[in-house]
Amino acid sequence: MKFDKSTIIFMVGAIAVFAIVQLLITFGILNPFWTTILRTAAVMAIVSLGLNLIYGFNGQFSLGQWGFYAIGAYAAADVTYRFSQLQNANGLTVLFMVALLSTVGLVLAQLFISKIRGLDPLSALVLYLVATIALGYVGFLIGKVAAGPVTSLLVSMPKDVATQIVFFISVLLAGIVAAEISFLFGLPILTLGSDYFGIATLGFTIIIKVLLDNSDTLLGFEEMKGARGMIGIPKITSWFWVFLFLVVTVILVRNLLNSTYGRAIKSVREDELAAKAMGIDIANFKIVTFVIGSFLAGIAGALYAHINGFLHPNSFNFIKSFDPMIIVVFGGLGSITGTLVASFAWALVLEGFLRLWLPEGFETWRFVVYPILLLIMMLLKPNGIFGGYEMPYLQDLLPFKKKVKKAEPIGPANDSPEVTQ
Amino acid sequence: MKLTTTVQKSPGFFTRIIERKWIGRGMLILLSLFVIYILAGKLIEKPTVFLQQVINGLQLGFVYALIALGYTMVYGIVRLINFAHGDVFMVGSFVSFYAISRFGIHSWLINLLPGIPAFLGLLVGTITVVIISMIVCAVMAFTIERIAYKPLRDAPRISLLITAIGVSFFLEYFGALNFVFTPNFISFQRPFEVTTWQLGKEGLTILQQGSTVNEGSVIFSNIFIIIVLASVFLLAVLQFVVNKTKVGKAMRAVAYDKYTARLMGINTDAIISTTFMIGAALAGAAGVLYAIAFPSIIFWMGIIPGLKAFVAAVLGGIGSIPGAVVGALIMGQAEVLSAAYISSPMRDAISFSILIIVLLVRPTGIFGEASREKA
Repeated sequence: MKFDKSTIIFMVGAIAVFAIVQLLITFGILNPFWTTILRTAAVMAIVSLGLNLIYGFNGQFSLGQWGFYAIGAYAAADVTYRFSQLQNANGLTVLFMVALLSTVGLVLAQLFISKIRGLDPLSALVLYLVATIALGYVGFLIGKVAAGPVTSLLVSMPKDVATQIVFFISVLLAGIVAAEISFLFGLPILTLGSDYFGIATLGFTIIIKVLLDNSDTLLGFEEMKGARGMIGIPKITSWFWVFLFLVVTVILVRNLLNSTYGRAIKSVREDELAAKAMGIDIANFKIVTFVIGSFLAGIAGALYAHINGFLHPNSFNFIKSFDPMIIVVFGGLGSITGTLVASFAWALVLEGFLRLWLPEGFETWRFVVYPILLLIMMLLKPNGIFGGYEMPYLQDLLPFKKKVKKAEPIGPANDSPEVTQ
Repeated sequence: MKLTTTVQKSPGFFTRIIERKWIGRGMLILLSLFVIYILAGKLIEKPTVFLQQVINGLQLGFVYALIALGYTMVYGIVRLINFAHGDVFMVGSFVSFYAISRFGIHSWLINLLPGIPAFLGLLVGTITVVIISMIVCAVMAFTIERIAYKPLRDAPRISLLITAIGVSFFLEYFGALNFVFTPNFISFQRPFEVTTWQLGKEGLTILQQGSTVNEGSVIFSNIFIIIVLASVFLLAVLQFVVNKTKVGKAMRAVAYDKYTARLMGINTDAIISTTFMIGAALAGAAGVLYAIAFPSIIFWMGIIPGLKAFVAAVLGGIGSIPGAVVGALIMGQAEVLSAAYISSPMRDAISFSILIIVLLVRPTGIFGEASREKA
């Protein structure tokens, strides 16, 4: 395998950052206050990268990111809670089978629907819903049956190992659940125009928040405790897990955007009509991006749930759903570096420095200073801090920054079918 | 291989279902039939209770209408979802609170002319309070517009939106400081006494404090009458201003095409400021009315009504003034009826589900035109 110089620099840098922070944590130089902030920042970076994919690179103004984050958080928290507190794996198996079989349902429905010509999105949604719910219910039944043996298998393992395994699977499951819901939701909604899409996703966030407020009475998850807040979630999210997922996310987003798919995604942002004329299935790429972004939100939510071991529906308020949007715009739309820097800066400044620097009794001023900073920032640099800049590893993503190879003379001899690499 | 002639076959049953989008539509029709079935059942079961809910819904809907107008006008003219509008509404409530409780402005005419009938004095006093609130909100909106929004007129729209969110945060959390509005619930003192009437078999009677409501009668209070009258009056004034005056004409022109309007000699900046001020004044009035109806105010009280009003504006077709009113009345009814008959904690979720469904069926809203711009 051959790596670019920038790739090596990125990898070495990532490992170095991880090692330094990990050493600082191990030797107790960073106290729990700051490690929590760092972990929160990394989680924020994952959500915001997802949103940057949807809004920055695909141009779909989404305020629903926080709703998927909430879904991921509660889904994963429920799984690990059931395992660590109730000592059974039914949450894990049920969610796993439901996610698996409803994905199968989606794929089957996709195969069926792709044969029908001229199906409108709403009808497609109904067919998808029927397939998902039917197979999801089958998955639910299978999962209940499978709970017993899986529980005994996990209990036979050392407790720490089992917890970590359950945690890892639950994080991925949370992402998948969020992705599936985003697919079903995005299918009809993404056909709307930009602003209406934003409004509809805002409505989605609020609906999710209301559902979480009533999760114990209406949805029947007693351990979520509705508006009182879910407690007793094991605190598993370590700096290692957060950093691993963050780096994987960055690589994933970078490679995705660098591929044919990525160019199609970006072309949708630039000009839908022109993209359509080039034979790009706009609706398809909008949904793909939305699903991947929501998948990242779900993963981030799952990681967040295990930082403090406490979840409250108020953390998933729609006001909070502006946070990733603010971070993405702050860092610069369509700039991964900017999103990373901005999310760390956001967490460090808002949660860390403002809390520490503001004098005693001025705690509440934190949120007075923050919007002022935001306003000044927006007035001075409306394109964000890193608008149009990427670090070397990601520089391929920039428009017009790539080193252009010398154009070969185009002639009949060169007429190879090489359209896209 | 056989050559086949292409004959225009009449489409099959399934093709027709797919072409006419009956699968998706069928689901929505079933859903709406279900809702209508529930509501009709409740209406037949207890007509007066249903009527009572409709009255409550109207009261809420008119307040939403006043807020929604600000959203819809601002969106129509600068394509900005002005998230700070709900907080302007909150400031309106607080201004009226200070005007009434601290300064006693609602009784200035009574204090000046002690012989005047109490009704007239309180009426003039209440109107004064509403006007003060409207003026303060308008001035505040003007300031906000000049400081925060005007420098960003040519920036990407998202920066404007983020700025609006920033302003909204600022108003809320600055209001939450101890020396401003305090972070606590404050009980609002109504400028007048509440009188409640009941309309039933015995005709229209005043409901005495502590007495029970007769079976099968509908109650309503002077708050309801005031809200409806004030809202209708303000809406009529707005309709007059927008349709009959020179400013209104300029506003419509700017909303239609900002750059051409500028070429025609319209001072677009002034017109945009005016729009913000008119919207904020209506929100201020709505704040007073809302506080009179639900007399407990707090710094974040503007968020949810603001959002609901915004949804109402989208529902009616954003940019359209009659649309905002109709949408707001629908939202008021939807909220009250779903709280009464479906599920009280779910009423916000139901309101927003209605939004999503309406967007799916008719993305431009009930009165909206197809949008002219690409975001």
